[in-house]
Amino acid sequence: MTLEHEERRRAFGFVAPALIWTCAFFLIPFAVMALLSLAHLEGRAIIQSYDLGNYIKIFTEPSFFKSIVVSLEITLTVTVLSVLLAWPLAWIIATQVPPHYQRLAIMLAVLPFWTSYVVRSYAWALVLGQNGVVMQGLIGIGLLDEPIQIMATRTATVIGFVHFFVMLLTLTIYSNLIQLSPNYARAAADLGASGWQTLRHVILPLTLPGIMTGAFLTFVLCIGDYITPQILGGNNELTMPQLIMLQLGRRGDFPMASALSVVLMAIVTLAYAATARWLKMERV
Amino acid sequence: MRRLGWIYLIAIFTFIFLPVIVLVLFSFQDSRLPVPPFDGPTLKWYVQVINDRSMMEALRNSAFVAFTSAAIALLLGFLAAQGLSRVILPGSVLMRGLLIAPMTVSYLIIALGLLTVFNNLGIRPSLWATGVGHVVINLPLCFAILFAAMGDHQKNAERAARDLGASELQVVFLISAPMLKPALLAAYFLSVTFSWDEFIIAFLLTRFDVTLPVEIWSMLRSGLSPATNAIGSIVFLVSISLLVLLEITVFRKPKS
Repeated sequence: MTLEHEERRRAFGFVAPALIWTCAFFLIPFAVMALLSLAHLEGRAIIQSYDLGNYIKIFTEPSFFKSIVVSLEITLTVTVLSVLLAWPLAWIIATQVPPHYQRLAIMLAVLPFWTSYVVRSYAWALVLGQNGVVMQGLIGIGLLDEPIQIMATRTATVIGFVHFFVMLLTLTIYSNLIQLSPNYARAAADLGASGWQTLRHVILPLTLPGIMTGAFLTFVLCIGDYITPQILGGNNELTMPQLIMLQLGRRGDFPMASALSVVLMAIVTLAYAATARWLKMERV
Repeated sequence: MRRLGWIYLIAIFTFIFLPVIVLVLFSFQDSRLPVPPFDGPTLKWYVQVINDRSMMEALRNSAFVAFTSAAIALLLGFLAAQGLSRVILPGSVLMRGLLIAPMTVSYLIIALGLLTVFNNLGIRPSLWATGVGHVVINLPLCFAILFAAMGDHQKNAERAARDLGASELQVVFLISAPMLKPALLAAYFLSVTFSWDEFIIAFLLTRFDVTLPVEIWSMLRSGLSPATNAIGSIVFLVSISLLVLLEITVFRKPKS
C-alpha cells in the first residue's frame, strides 16, 4: 500500500510542472480575462463594474453582432468546401497511388504547408490581385476583358483559408482511409455493390471520424484567425478576431476585447459539443 | 471516371502549388512589383534581404524563441506523459483534459489573456513573454504525441530497470527517452515549426525584439515587393530542408 502511495506521489511530481505552467499561463489568464469582460471603459480607465454591458452590446449592436455572423458564415463555408475538395484527393492518394509512393505523394500534397503562414496569405494576395497571375491569365486567354475585384473581398479570404485547410483535411482523411481494412470493400463487392455504391455507403461513412476531426480543427483554427481575413479580406466586413484586434488597437478597450474572446470561445465549445461523438480525442 | 480523376488531380495540385510558385518565381523579379510579366531573373532582392539588419535580427529572435520554447514544452510534456501513463492518479482524466485544453483555444485568446495578466503585473512585452506563450501552445501537442506513444512494453522495460536498481532519473533519461526517440523528435520538430511560424502571440507580446513573422507583417504594410517574396522563399527553403533531413534521418523505415 505504501509502495503504491510512493509511486503515486512520484508520478504526480512528474505531472506537476506541466500543470503549474498550464494553470499559470493559460487557466488563470483566461479567468482574469473572463472577469475583465464584466468591466467597462471610462475614458482610458477600466472600471470593474461586474455587469453584462459588453455582452449586451455584442448581441444588440449590429456592428458587433455582424462580426459573429460574418465569422460563422466564412468558417462554415471554408469547412464545407475544404472537406469536399480534400476527400477525393485523400482517396486518390490512398487507393490509386502505389503504396511505395504514397508517403511521397502525401508529402507533396501538403508541401506548401511549410511556407510561413503570413507569407502564404501574402502570396495569395499576389495571385488574386488586379495585376496578379490569375486575372492576367484569364485576360490573356480571352475569358475576361478586365480584371474582377477579388482582393479585399470575402472570396479572397475564403480562397486563402480553403488552400490551407484542404492540406490539413487531406492529412486527417488520408490517415483515416489507410487504416481501413481492404476487406470492407471486398465484402461490399461480394455482396453485389457497384464501385460507386461501395464508396458512398461503405467507405465514406467509415471515414467520418477523419472528416470530423479535420473539420473541427478547421473550424477552430479558421474562426480564430486574424491574418488571413486581415490580409486578403480587407476591412469591408470584419471577422471576430479582426474586431478584437480593433478594440485593442484603437482605444485599448481590453474589457470589450475580452468579452468578444469569451463569446468566440463559447462558439468553439459549442462546435466541440456538436462534433465530440465523432472526434477520436479520448486517445489523448 | 479515370480521366475525371486526372483532371481533378491536376486542378487541385495547381490550386495547392499556385501561391508557392508565384511566391518563389517573383522573388527573382527584376522590376519593383512582383506581378506579371516576369522580367528576371535577378538575386538582388535576396541580397537586399540578407543585408537587412532588422530582418536578420528578427530571424535570430525567431530561431531562439522556437528552439528554446520547444525544448521547454518538450520537457514538460514528456514528464507529464511519464507521470500520467505510469499509474492512474485520482483526477487523471481532469489533468489530461487541462493539459490538452489550450489546443482548442485560439492563439489570439491565449495571447490576449497573457497580455492582460502581464499588463496587470507590470511585465513589459518581450521575447521572453512570447516564449512563455509558445510553450503554452506547444505543451499540449508534445504531451499528446508522447502520451500516445507510451505503451506497455515501455512500462515493462522501465519496471525492469527499476528492479535492477536504476534511479528514477536513470530510468527516465536512459530507458524511457531513448525508447521514445522518434516521438520525441517529431514532437520537438513540430513545436519548433509552430513557434517559428506563430504570428499573433508574438505580435501582441513583443515590442522591439520582434520575431520573423511580425517583421514580415510590418513589411507587408509598405505594399507588395519582391523583397517579401525573397524572405518568404528563404523561410520555405529552410523548412523544407529541415523536413527532408528529418524524413531521411528519423522516419526512414528500415528496409525489410
